Amino acid sequence: MDWLFKPWQWYISGPLIALTLFLLLIIGKRFGMSSNLRTLCSIGGAGKNVSFFNFDWKSQRWNLIIAFGVIIGGFIATNFLTETSVVNLNPDVVMDLRNLGFESAGKTYMPTELFSNSVFGSFKGILILVIGGFLIGFGARYAGGCTSGHAISGLSNLQVPSLIAVIGFFIGGLVMVHFLFPLIF
Amino acid sequence: MRSILYLLIGVFFGIVLFKSEAASWFRIYEMFQFKSFHMFGIIGSAVGLGIIITQLIKKSNVKSVFGEEIKIQPKELGVRRYLIGGILFGLGWALAGACPGPMYALLGAGYFPIIIVLTSAIFGTYIYGVIKDKLPH
Repeated sequence: MDWLFKPWQWYISGPLIALTLFLLLIIGKRFGMSSNLRTLCSIGGAGKNVSFFNFDWKSQRWNLIIAFGVIIGGFIATNFLTETSVVNLNPDVVMDLRNLGFESAGKTYMPTELFSNSVFGSFKGILILVIGGFLIGFGARYAGGCTSGHAISGLSNLQVPSLIAVIGFFIGGLVMVHFLFPLIF
Repeated sequence: MRSILYLLIGVFFGIVLFKSEAASWFRIYEMFQFKSFHMFGIIGSAVGLGIIITQLIKKSNVKSVFGEEIKIQPKELGVRRYLIGGILFGLGWALAGACPGPMYALLGAGYFPIIIVLTSAIFGTYIYGVIKDKLPH
């Protein structure tokens, strides 16, 4: 049982994500976490002015329950299933990140420079998270899905649009990390 | 009854996202640097098995556990929306280091600044809805 409390290797995690996909298909649902963002807009009343949000959000209630479950899952994983949450990164990556100013690289699960509560008092930190979040929400809906909907579920269905979207995800990610990170950090 | 099932699947997925470190900002950075096989192994094995699962379900015409037909509607064909939207998403994914699933797991794990990312992602979704008819699709 020791492995349970250590970080899970890719050959455990990947098949368990495939199992999640299977469980959703077999109960007649589709895997897609970013749809919840649209549903939340609709619940907030965005459907009154914008037709894109004018749909019966109750039909998407199941997916919100799944998202709520994911919150609980994150809580359980960190509090009851983790001895140490240090991410064992490639030493080159640790060096790169320290050079960019991420002193927490190789010591924590998330960079304290962006995800400790002190960020609430940092204008630059907040701005980075706001811009990142905006691009995620806008981009996911524009592309019609995110990592779960396109990369996992869409590619599993051999959909060409999902392949194009995933190529886009990587173009964006590579541009950000290789060209924009040195300017931002 | 069904709600409990949804909740349990979500809890399971949340645990997997956190324990696999797919929810770690660092792992996303490392992936885009091609400095570790970890994330590629996760996505690759999930998709490899996912293809088998999805194709078997489609070919066998099995019904869902609730007796309904399993419909997997393909996305509409096109290039621009998937490529442009995908690039914008990728920029955000690398910057905030979290995609929509892990966001919820991180919230549960107590990384509260993720609330900023989540709120802004909802706002980004809203703005897309407002201007979508003016965008190339």
